Amino acid sequence: MTTTVAETEGGTEAPYALSHLDALESEAVHIFREVAGEFERPVILFSGGKDSIVMLHLALKAFAPAAVPFSLLHVDTGHNFPEVLDYRDRAVAKHGLRLHVASVQDYIDRGVLKERPDGTRNPLQTLPLTEKIQAEKFDAVFGGGRRDEEKARAKERVFSLRDEFSQWDPRRQRPELWNLYNGRHAPGEHVRVFPLSNWTELDVWQYIAREGIELPEIYFAHEREVFARNGMWLTAGEWGGPKEGETVEKRLVRYRTVGDMSCTGAVDSDAVTLEQVITEIAASRLTERGATRADDKMSEAAMEDRKREGYF
Amino acid sequence: MSTTTEISETTLLRFATAGSVDDGKSTLVGRLLHDSKSVLVDQLEAVERASASRGQDAPDLALLTDGLRAEREQGITIDVAYRYFATPRRRFILADTPGHVQYTRNMVTGASRAELTVILVDARNGVVEQTRRHAAIAALLRVPHVVLAVNKMDLVDYQESVFAAIAEEFTAYALELGVPEVTAIPISALAGDNVVEPSANMDWYGGPTVLEHLETVPVTHDLSHCHARLPVQYVIRPQTAEHPDYRGYAGQIAAGSFHVGEAVTVLPSGRASRIAGIDLLGEPVDVAWTTQSVTLLLEDDIDISRGDLIVPSKDAPATTQDIEATVCHVADAALTVGHRVLLKHGTRTVKAIVKDIPSRLTLDDLSLHPHPGQLVANDIGRVKIRTAEPLPVDSYADSRRTGSFILIDPSDGTTLTAGMVGESFASPEPVKDESEDDGWDF
Repeated sequence: MTTTVAETEGGTEAPYALSHLDALESEAVHIFREVAGEFERPVILFSGGKDSIVMLHLALKAFAPAAVPFSLLHVDTGHNFPEVLDYRDRAVAKHGLRLHVASVQDYIDRGVLKERPDGTRNPLQTLPLTEKIQAEKFDAVFGGGRRDEEKARAKERVFSLRDEFSQWDPRRQRPELWNLYNGRHAPGEHVRVFPLSNWTELDVWQYIAREGIELPEIYFAHEREVFARNGMWLTAGEWGGPKEGETVEKRLVRYRTVGDMSCTGAVDSDAVTLEQVITEIAASRLTERGATRADDKMSEAAMEDRKREGYF
Repeated sequence: MSTTTEISETTLLRFATAGSVDDGKSTLVGRLLHDSKSVLVDQLEAVERASASRGQDAPDLALLTDGLRAEREQGITIDVAYRYFATPRRRFILADTPGHVQYTRNMVTGASRAELTVILVDARNGVVEQTRRHAAIAALLRVPHVVLAVNKMDLVDYQESVFAAIAEEFTAYALELGVPEVTAIPISALAGDNVVEPSANMDWYGGPTVLEHLETVPVTHDLSHCHARLPVQYVIRPQTAEHPDYRGYAGQIAAGSFHVGEAVTVLPSGRASRIAGIDLLGEPVDVAWTTQSVTLLLEDDIDISRGDLIVPSKDAPATTQDIEATVCHVADAALTVGHRVLLKHGTRTVKAIVKDIPSRLTLDDLSLHPHPGQLVANDIGRVKIRTAEPLPVDSYADSRRTGSFILIDPSDGTTLTAGMVGESFASPEPVKDESEDDGWDF
């Protein structure tokens, strides 16, 4: 895709204005290159979800024709969608990348973490993630978080310092001025970096469409065995559903976000192409997290609290 | 390659809001978000739930924007938050800055990247000290477009004379500060007059609504007057069989444009070459311009690394180790004369020392306090800085990207200060200067 010189009907737009996707892309690439220039051991959090897929795509463009100078880190909850793990492994192989895996199941098997009564493993990801960061001495950790996702994330910096316990302190954030990102950190601390901070869900989808980026199939409508819990359609499976009183049915669904099977819900949809997905999202009156994430509904400050502890 | 989608690509406008606590800023932000369908059902439901659990009758829309636990507990906004909304014509990034005591550093943060600032005024109170502060910061940061939103017009019977008097007073003040453009709009954020929909109550007003103005204001300038600048971020060297000799200088163009064949100079070394090729994220192009992230290939194999600045040979800035700048101090600990700091300019971070703090500015009346000795949080002042290595700095008036820098505390990495090189205000004549002759005018 080459740059687009935007033109508007009235001719009021000056030449050389970038389209909004070009502007967001350029900004994200700038952020990737800043990290490559200033940090020793950066890593990209890669879940196989659309945001991390877009991050990887941007990183590939930022350093072309050279290889991406970062490795990938996946926090495997043990309840991931098989299609997504498959996508992850293909992406790693295709681009010759190195993959680190932090496994929640390992921690449960070792007795370090306990399964929660509600079965969700999302909050259990924090410990394996932060211990992996410390063990591998990663000093910059790219996350696909966007400020439009959640109001605590609206306050997040692009370069966000985490202390030696990986904690976020929203009251002690560095002001971010111009595009002069400050990556200074003490040994043991690291910086979370969010190159997609200024993207919205729709931007991500429009960019995926523009760039022709391949996604795991679960993002498109397909028939799936699901059951209802807390107002969401969850995928039936060995991970812990359905329970007594919950019945499985076959529905035409797709996913708006990809996380742990225990807390990521599907939405009814017949959108099978990118264009149909975009049309559906543009018309949706629900945010992606409101529609499909149980964990954010736990409390008014669920996201902030988890982020404080080191969640991404 | 392009894919047709139902929603076409539009342009992006970054803007900031400024207003004190009771000016109705949250209402304005809320209305822009709400009327552009950016507040979705589950978000509204969450606000309703939270409001009800606090025993409030009506949904408290401030909960939409106050994202942190402490903010909700105390009912105040602590920090800059970023909001996103879109219309079919344009997408917007709004730096939502709190109007509280720490206004200066927050507003500076929000305004540093803004192409437009909306300054809210209560129609009943007119231009007050806070308004002048906001105008002064917009002028200092050289935000290209300023909107004066005269709010609460419903409380002054929608009188044209009230609006006209405020608009006139503000515009005169702003022009004196060198603000290039002021658009004054009479609104009622609460009643919805002239925010998204034109007001039926103010026939006498013939201008755009706030949203209409945001949608149509130009987002770039004529690049022919800009000095082209590329801070080198990273050197791309694949060293593969396919690209054995590729050596590209990657960076985001900070200002102006570059074209293939152009004679360029690398600073601070001063070595010269020509542009052999430009890669725009993997695709060759003949010309590239500001804010594109590109990779430049040069004809000669010269030593270039992160931190260098590539410029047209015919338009190179001088390098200097002595920088005079206007700064806004953003950290809680004070900045003092003799302070040893790190200075980040573009992609280069160098050691520096604060040689002098000639004056501190009082934003209320733009008066100067000579030799304050130190700058504390939210202070704006002049500083003289000596850097350990020569830097190719531009005047902030010429280039917001290569005329700006931050100071960093080397001991713990704290961002201390936001700096703007050169004169403070783009005033045609010096505004009043009460200090001794410090060789510098506000």
